[in-house]
Amino acid sequence: MGLLDKHGVIEKNATLLLIFSFLVVTVGGIVEIAPLFYLENTIEKVEGMRPYTPLELTGRDVYVREGCYLCHSQMIRPMRDEVERYGHYSLAAESMYDHPFQWGSKRTGPDLARVGGRYSDAWHIDHLTDPQSVVKESVMPKYGFLMNRMIEPTFIEDRLKTDALVGVPYTSEMIEAAKADFAAQIDPDGDYEGLQARYPKANVSNFDGKPGISEMDALVSYLQVLGTMVDFSTFEPVASR
Amino acid sequence: MSKKPVKATKKEVETTGHSWDGIEEFNNPLPRWWLWTFYVCIAWAVAYSVAYPAWPLINGATPGLLGASTRADVAAELKRYADANGPIQAKLVAADLTQISADPELAGFSANAGKAVFNTWCAQCHGSGAAGNKGFPNLLDNDWLWGGDIEAIHTTITHGVRNTTDEDARFSQMPAFGKDELLEPAQIEQVVQYVRQISGQEADADLATEGAVVFADNCAACHAEDGTGDRAQGAPNLTDAIWLYGGDVATLTETVTNARFGVMPNWNERLTEADIRAVATYVHGLGGGE
Repeated sequence: MGLLDKHGVIEKNATLLLIFSFLVVTVGGIVEIAPLFYLENTIEKVEGMRPYTPLELTGRDVYVREGCYLCHSQMIRPMRDEVERYGHYSLAAESMYDHPFQWGSKRTGPDLARVGGRYSDAWHIDHLTDPQSVVKESVMPKYGFLMNRMIEPTFIEDRLKTDALVGVPYTSEMIEAAKADFAAQIDPDGDYEGLQARYPKANVSNFDGKPGISEMDALVSYLQVLGTMVDFSTFEPVASR
Repeated sequence: MSKKPVKATKKEVETTGHSWDGIEEFNNPLPRWWLWTFYVCIAWAVAYSVAYPAWPLINGATPGLLGASTRADVAAELKRYADANGPIQAKLVAADLTQISADPELAGFSANAGKAVFNTWCAQCHGSGAAGNKGFPNLLDNDWLWGGDIEAIHTTITHGVRNTTDEDARFSQMPAFGKDELLEPAQIEQVVQYVRQISGQEADADLATEGAVVFADNCAACHAEDGTGDRAQGAPNLTDAIWLYGGDVATLTETVTNARFGVMPNWNERLTEADIRAVATYVHGLGGGE
């Protein structure tokens, strides 16, 4: 017990105590966190994931601002009831471009991880404007004001650059075209080939059916892409995890 | 005036030997029950990390002796139910659509399975009682946009309506007569009155007479000359009292001005053929099926 008897040295020296405490906590951190950065199976390879379009990204910011995550999760767990209700369980890769991710843990409303394409744009507009008009049992608040809040892509390039900084693969071409792509996505009569070349399968629609780009357009464009990117026909789940 | 320091009287308890400014520290043993619980927890943690996936190594984590995997569990559970329902689902898929409701076994299965599918995937738009909402058709009545026999319902559910994700989706597009300036506002006012007249509502007779001409020139191609609609194009019957968006003047004006473009998703990517057949049978059996 020779070494243990010397603990008085640490206890009498605050700096030394701090250093050793830090080292102990570091061990826990290395064991729990570090492997996530190098283990290949943390984020499995899937086909179809792409960064959000500028409009979707803006809609996502509206989603976060309004606190949708407080009632809606975006994480289908691998359980039969959830898989049958919402679709294939969520994969880590599906939120790899999310900063911050919206997994959530509170489910007053249904999970939204695969809500994209499940309802029409018109339904989303009706439902966000007055949820009880389509789902009488709903306790969701009304978000009709989003339709009146028109938005300009003033800072969209910076927004994309910020995400690029933390690892989202926005190319310089995407950042340069951000303003144009922002407007192109709500104009089905316009030229959106460039948008869809940069962001495959992006939904182009005047989501709220009204002129101009409102926060409603942005939010619905985001909701309509949720969970639709991954091509599950080419996905083979590795059962060992 | 200072008192003498109180001396510890419990001489039977040892001290740790530490002395801080004259304060000594007892070395009371931990309660036995607590200590043993603690040891059991440590043993449990070791056993758990051996039995279940735990330690991250260079190429992956230790899989654990029990081979536990939530993915394998959910796959097995899904398979168990798929196997249990397999024979009857196979029979449902193989059956002729028109014969499903005649077969008691298939009809019973479809009624229950179809209701579950409906409540999960359809109720948000069509209502939990299938009575519909503004813009989302009532499925209980016998007024059908695209046809109300079992085959038409099956096709609608499979491919959806006016979506961009299925090439075989039912499609038609009403022109936006006002927005695209195909009709003058006065003409829209007239035709709205005419539509109110043929649907048996209060209408301005003079305007309606003018509106009949506008209707014949612009609307009859899809909604038929008598306004009874055309299911091949999903053009609603305008002569009944059933309205998808509303039959009042303001709503009709809005409809003629900007047109409507109701979308329904295609369900062939989300539901199996057996599920689609079950819910088609369920909807067909709600009361309006033809």
